[in-house]
Amino acid sequence: LALSAPAMAGTVAPGDVVFADMSVATSMTGETGDPANGRKVFADRKKGNCLACHANTDLKNELFHGDVGPSLDGAGSRWSPEQLRAIVANSKQVFGDQTVMPGFYSLVVGKDIAKEFEGKTILSAQEVEDVVAYLTTLTD
Amino acid sequence: SGLSSFALAGGPVDEELVIDGETQITTRTKAAEGVPFEEVTSGWLYRTEETRALEADSFQNPGMLYVERGEEIWNTVDGEAGKSCASCHGDGQEFLKGVGAAYPKWNAKAGKPFNIELQINQCREDNMQAKPYKFDSADQKALTTYIKNQSLGMPMHVDLAQGDMQSWWDRGKETYYTRMGQLNLSCSNCHEENNGNYIRADHLSQGNVNGFPTYRLKQADMVSLHNRFRGCIRDTRAEFPAAFSDELMALEVYVTWRGTGLGIETPSVRQ
Ligand code: HEC
Ligand code: HEC
Ligand code: HEC
Repeated sequence: LALSAPAMAGTVAPGDVVFADMSVATSMTGETGDPANGRKVFADRKKGNCLACHANTDLKNELFHGDVGPSLDGAGSRWSPEQLRAIVANSKQVFGDQTVMPGFYSLVVGKDIAKEFEGKTILSAQEVEDVVAYLTTLTD
Repeated sequence: SGLSSFALAGGPVDEELVIDGETQITTRTKAAEGVPFEEVTSGWLYRTEETRALEADSFQNPGMLYVERGEEIWNTVDGEAGKSCASCHGDGQEFLKGVGAAYPKWNAKAGKPFNIELQINQCREDNMQAKPYKFDSADQKALTTYIKNQSLGMPMHVDLAQGDMQSWWDRGKETYYTRMGQLNLSCSNCHEENNGNYIRADHLSQGNVNGFPTYRLKQADMVSLHNRFRGCIRDTRAEFPAAFSDELMALEVYVTWRGTGLGIETPSVRQ
């Protein structure tokens, strides 16, 4: 438990994440991601809710996958972990401002954000790391 | 498209809506000039076969109970003046024919666009000396549903030449394209760019308003237009403007215009 405090202190703030070449080079928490937790966060409607927009065969037991974005089957083969980190942390840095994919670790949000979400990111830095670790398992 | 079988296939169905085998409803029509679609389509075309069938049969459509209740209210005296709607306007089916299809309308006295709910409240306050309905009270929804149902199948239209309607349209358009909330999404992101796609189990329509108030199976109740706006705005994790606020009235003017020519479906049935 004593180790978790320094780990938190090492977390990069949303505004300080460095995007270069469509990538974020290193873990935003200094910790490696946990793919099992990432899979949960991915499916959780109150967290990633990624299935709202993406199909993913690995989660085929979950009902209803959206098709607003591309299927994520093989995403771990198409993108490097550094690129996946950039996509999940702030997709606008990779796909441009027009993308409909939300930035999950970004404070650049839309107008009139609801009070309860003010100053908060959709996912924590560690949750993003966990989702990224999970995405790397989705290989062809 | 290479989508796995558990991702649902999209697009509006190619079906006709004929209520009770009699009343043909225009669910597709050439878009008015300036609308960013070639064809505007009713939300009915995006619902399941079962849901579509419920709307096509007025005996099965649960929204018809609200139409009946609305007719009762029309004929019931309320307020200090001792009048009912019928006292001044007579038979609802005659007076109201086509009225609801032309709302929102410019209201010179208030200096803003009025929807049916605001017109009802004005008549209650000024002409009946009755209290205005609270937003989404059961009677407000029933009376609005009844009034709109008297335009069943008639083409929805708004007159932007009246009063200051054009500047309200401008303002509504700006809201429509503004990214909002923590999810940073605009109405157009979902209803224009992703029209026909699935967002989880929800098949995204163009977000037209010709069926409101609408009977929602999920809620087992009538849902007013401003309640629907609230739901969509809440889903972006943004603060919700008050019902009938200038912002939402402007949005109603603009969104209604986008669906110009679609037949009034009230009470439509949605999931
Ligand atoms: C509101 C819709 C939406 C949500 C929610 C969403 N995405 Fe996306 N995503 C998209 C779209 C659309 C694209 C395609 C890029 C574009 O066209 O802008 C995309 C692209 C991607 C890509 C690249 C896909 C490829 O194979 O090229 C990845 C990876 C991805 N998203 C992961 C996620 C994860 C993980 C989550 C949840 C934490 C998520 N997305 C949530 C809409 C969404
Ligand atoms: C995150 C996605 C999303 C956003 C953003 C969004 N909506 Fe919706 N909206 C939906 C879904 C899902 C439905 C239900 C299925 C359908 O009819 O599209 C819906 C339904 C509607 C309907 C009812 C259509 C019918 O036929 O019953 C209207 C009207 C509507 N939206 C208007 C709006 C407006 C105006 C905005 C912006 C203030 C907006 N929506 C923003 C997802 C969204
Ligand atoms: C004492 C007379 C009186 C009563 C009672 C009355 N109204 Fe009205 N109503 C009017 C007058 C006068 C107008 C036109 C000017 C205005 O808006 O006040 C009108 C206008 C309307 C319109 C607009 C018609 C159009 O073509 O746009 C509707 C709809 C309407 N009333 C509905 C109702 C309803 C519903 C009730 C009962 C809740 C009601 N009225 C009660 C006098 C009345």
